[in-house]
Amino acid sequence: MRVVASIEINAPPQAVWEFIDEPSRYLGFMSGITRWEVADPEHPRGLGARYRMLMHVGSAEVGGLVEVVEHLPPTDLAWTSIVGIDQRGRWRLRDRGLPHAPRTHVELRLSYGVAGAGFFGWLAERAAAPTVRKHLRRSLQQLKRQVEHEQLRAAAAERRSRRGASQGGSRR
Amino acid sequence: MLGAPGTVAASLARRAAAKVAERVPTADLDERDPDVIRDTLPLLWLLATLWFRAEVRGMGNIPDEGPVLLVGNHSGGNMTPDTAVFTLAFSTYFGVERRLHPLAHNLVAAWPMLGFLRKYGLVAASRENARMALRRGGAVLVYPGGDLEVHRPSWQSSRIDFAGRQGYIRLALEEDVPIVPVVAIGGQETALFLSRGDRLARALRLDRLLRLNVLPISLALPWGLNVGDFFGHLPLPAKITIEVLPPINLREEFGPDPDVDEIHEHITHLMQDTLDALAAERRLPVIG
Repeated sequence: MRVVASIEINAPPQAVWEFIDEPSRYLGFMSGITRWEVADPEHPRGLGARYRMLMHVGSAEVGGLVEVVEHLPPTDLAWTSIVGIDQRGRWRLRDRGLPHAPRTHVELRLSYGVAGAGFFGWLAERAAAPTVRKHLRRSLQQLKRQVEHEQLRAAAAERRSRRGASQGGSRR
Repeated sequence: MLGAPGTVAASLARRAAAKVAERVPTADLDERDPDVIRDTLPLLWLLATLWFRAEVRGMGNIPDEGPVLLVGNHSGGNMTPDTAVFTLAFSTYFGVERRLHPLAHNLVAAWPMLGFLRKYGLVAASRENARMALRRGGAVLVYPGGDLEVHRPSWQSSRIDFAGRQGYIRLALEEDVPIVPVVAIGGQETALFLSRGDRLARALRLDRLLRLNVLPISLALPWGLNVGDFFGHLPLPAKITIEVLPPINLREEFGPDPDVDEIHEHITHLMQDTLDALAAERRLPVIG
């Protein structure tokens, strides 16, 4: 079963990438995620990085050990499961901005299932889909809020430092 | 004293006991099959989520690795839903590769048609089997209250009743493994359990012959009046809530030569307090 959600974020792709490429931020913006731990502290991100992740779906926390299999900053990050339920996820960031209005189209895809589980597997995938879709949508909304807030904070800090510099210059 | 029908029943019970004793399989931990567990997780998930609307809290309290003794209260008669819900939660949280061995009554382990449960790691409840599973690094799920607790009347749903059994503590001390209490509520609302029938079981000498301390009487689907619950029942869709408590390292908390009675008192109090809190959350029977 594949579930997809997307959103437009008013920030350049690099700013969004910094969030999605930082494992310690996942618990902060991913809805339903109860665990996102780096499996090998010496290899926390990039191609081959592994994470122990769990998502609350229905009566269980499902997930397992996943590995990053595609890492193309700042456009694509994909992972696949090593242990646990079968899953493949992907972040796709596409630049849709104008020179003075940065904007990124963010798509989050998640394919999941239990190979070999037959009819009940098919049924469970469909029964879980609304919850998974809700988690993905909320995650994107939270990501948007956090990235845009970070952009505003950075812009305000820059304005303050410019103002400080110009006031310092005029005093002189 | 029992008269002719009693004598016949006792004789039948003796024969059944001999059959059960023959059928109780020697525990073979390698019968556990992670692929079968994995293939059936979707079915367990559907049952837990859609039928029992189950909620499992505190799985993170179980140590990430190593042997551990999970001590639970037992509910729901012979169709105990808590074990299925907990097996799902454990297998999805830690992965099907991590060994979980629920201990079951001899009758369950020997019952024809239930042989498939051994693929989920189920072994007959005995100290030897539990010790063997712990030494293989497994998590062992034990219900000290056993048949006495699982068939308690529905109005005693929020009561921990281990019937004074303390073997689980001696096992944890001997094997030096932590105890993790697992408290569940809702199972006793899957049917209307009326009586354990413990006097009847004693009169038929089932306690001596089959290690069966009860002959439960309930109102359950699809039978109506259900005596013995030998063929199970269709459980009502009662909301199941399970709470896993932090691990108790016995020697760290109770000293190098701990008092078993004191530990038992502590654990049962802890579980009773948790069960009271879970019961207080419920507004209506079955619905939760």
